Amino acid sequence: MKGCEAIGEAAIHAGCRLFFGYPITPQNEIPEYMSGRLPQVGGVFLQAESEVAASNMLYGAAGAGCRCFTSSSSPGISLMMEGMSYMAGAELPVVIVNIMRGGPGLGGILPSQSDYFQATKGGGHGDYRVLVLAPSTVQEAADLMIEAFDLADKYRNPVMMLGDGLIGQMMEPVEFRKNIDPSDLPAKPWATTGCGGRQRNIINSLYLKPEELEDHNWHLAAKYREMAKEVRHATYKADGDMDVLVVAYGTVARIARTAIDSLEEKGIKVGLFRPVTLFPYPTDALLQTAARARRVLVTELSTGQMVEDVRAAIAGRRPVEFYGRVGGMVMTAEELAGQIEKLAQAAVV
Amino acid sequence: MYNEIILAGFGGQGVLLIGKLLTYAGMKAGLEVTWMPAYGPEMRGGTCNCTVVMSSREVGSPITSHPHAAIVLNLQSIDKFESMVRPGGIMVMNTSLINRPAVRTDITVVPVPCNQIAVEAGAAKAANMVGLGAYIGASGVVDLSLVKQVLVETFAGRPKLVGINQICLDKGFEIGQASAAVAVR
Repeated sequence: MKGCEAIGEAAIHAGCRLFFGYPITPQNEIPEYMSGRLPQVGGVFLQAESEVAASNMLYGAAGAGCRCFTSSSSPGISLMMEGMSYMAGAELPVVIVNIMRGGPGLGGILPSQSDYFQATKGGGHGDYRVLVLAPSTVQEAADLMIEAFDLADKYRNPVMMLGDGLIGQMMEPVEFRKNIDPSDLPAKPWATTGCGGRQRNIINSLYLKPEELEDHNWHLAAKYREMAKEVRHATYKADGDMDVLVVAYGTVARIARTAIDSLEEKGIKVGLFRPVTLFPYPTDALLQTAARARRVLVTELSTGQMVEDVRAAIAGRRPVEFYGRVGGMVMTAEELAGQIEKLAQAAVV
Repeated sequence: MYNEIILAGFGGQGVLLIGKLLTYAGMKAGLEVTWMPAYGPEMRGGTCNCTVVMSSREVGSPITSHPHAAIVLNLQSIDKFESMVRPGGIMVMNTSLINRPAVRTDITVVPVPCNQIAVEAGAAKAANMVGLGAYIGASGVVDLSLVKQVLVETFAGRPKLVGINQICLDKGFEIGQASAAVAVR
């Protein structure tokens, strides 16, 4: 299945029956797929009048206790930022899929990873974070998508799946390993489900009394610290000593694997560290793995975003270099291998 | 086995379809596979290509700049991809629409008049199948029978088209096999 389609089907397997979205390349296959599938399972597909509207529809549906998701691409995700801030402030579980494209502005339609800052540092206004997942294969996208709904419910927080045009358009074999019936989902006692026989629930992000808003913000901050236990990463050929440790996420990590394999034949020891959660970031694991390398090379489809988190994690203990392509251009494995080889041969001062 | 194939032509030739058939056949053969499309906004004309990776181990990059094989169905495509094929690789070229000879001498070139063969068989639109058959014959990357199985499943909604497409696959396959035999010598 296409990455986009697998993400849609995974949502159904997670017991999600609501999708509110808007078309934008390169994720159009998601709303297209949902428009066909949701009526088949008694769900609702709604193309909103804009991404702004879609984000607010999510707020409403999540507030009423229903699993729901949307997908968009970079400029559309920007339109949802106000909504996301509100959802985080009101502690609503929502899954948002960003299939990144070239930016800034209207940009281009080809793959990019230039929304890392937006995804991991908030994006919208206020002191909030969202849990960010970055799949590297269509199978992983399907698996993480199902988990995303569980994580969103567990923390009462938006969860973002960060993909790019490559994973969205690529087709790979995929298995759906879990199937959740929405009626089996635990009730949400905080949701607005009609208040006969109980105190009424209020979904809200407005706290006019500063003391209350302060408490609320520290409560959110504590929640984000709790989310640290969901941190996840993967490594490839990084168990021993390395000349270079490559750090990459998403589809770029796959390109790095092919590059690393080609360098093994030349006797150059290269490993890969692949964060799977971008927030929380696998800082400790990265530091431990980087300790076995002489140098670190971060590679992204951007002018350098995740590299800042890598530098913060490594805190000067190893030299950190960056190699990126932007605008929808994607590095080839050969190109990346060339960069790694140059670095491997450079002396460490 | 790690095999990267680029299939290319213009929009409407069915390039993405034959890429998918090859990919599904690889899946049936128990291989790890990926299919990655690239196309412009035009529904007809323009350029269109897909990269298929078939491997016995997990697939790394879904795109490549040095494919092991290329199936090029029009002039624009051979101009773009001929130089990228790895030495010792295979290039199936559609001579019905490509009016120049191949330049490379270090790859197995399989010239096939795809459109002509398809028209003679009674289905002009199945020129893509001739090209796919030729690649399978020349490379042996998967069993042709698997591709035919996938064809039946893919065309489940239009079973009448299966026969003619399979004929075109066969005709391409024969040419491909003959080419491979020459190359080995």
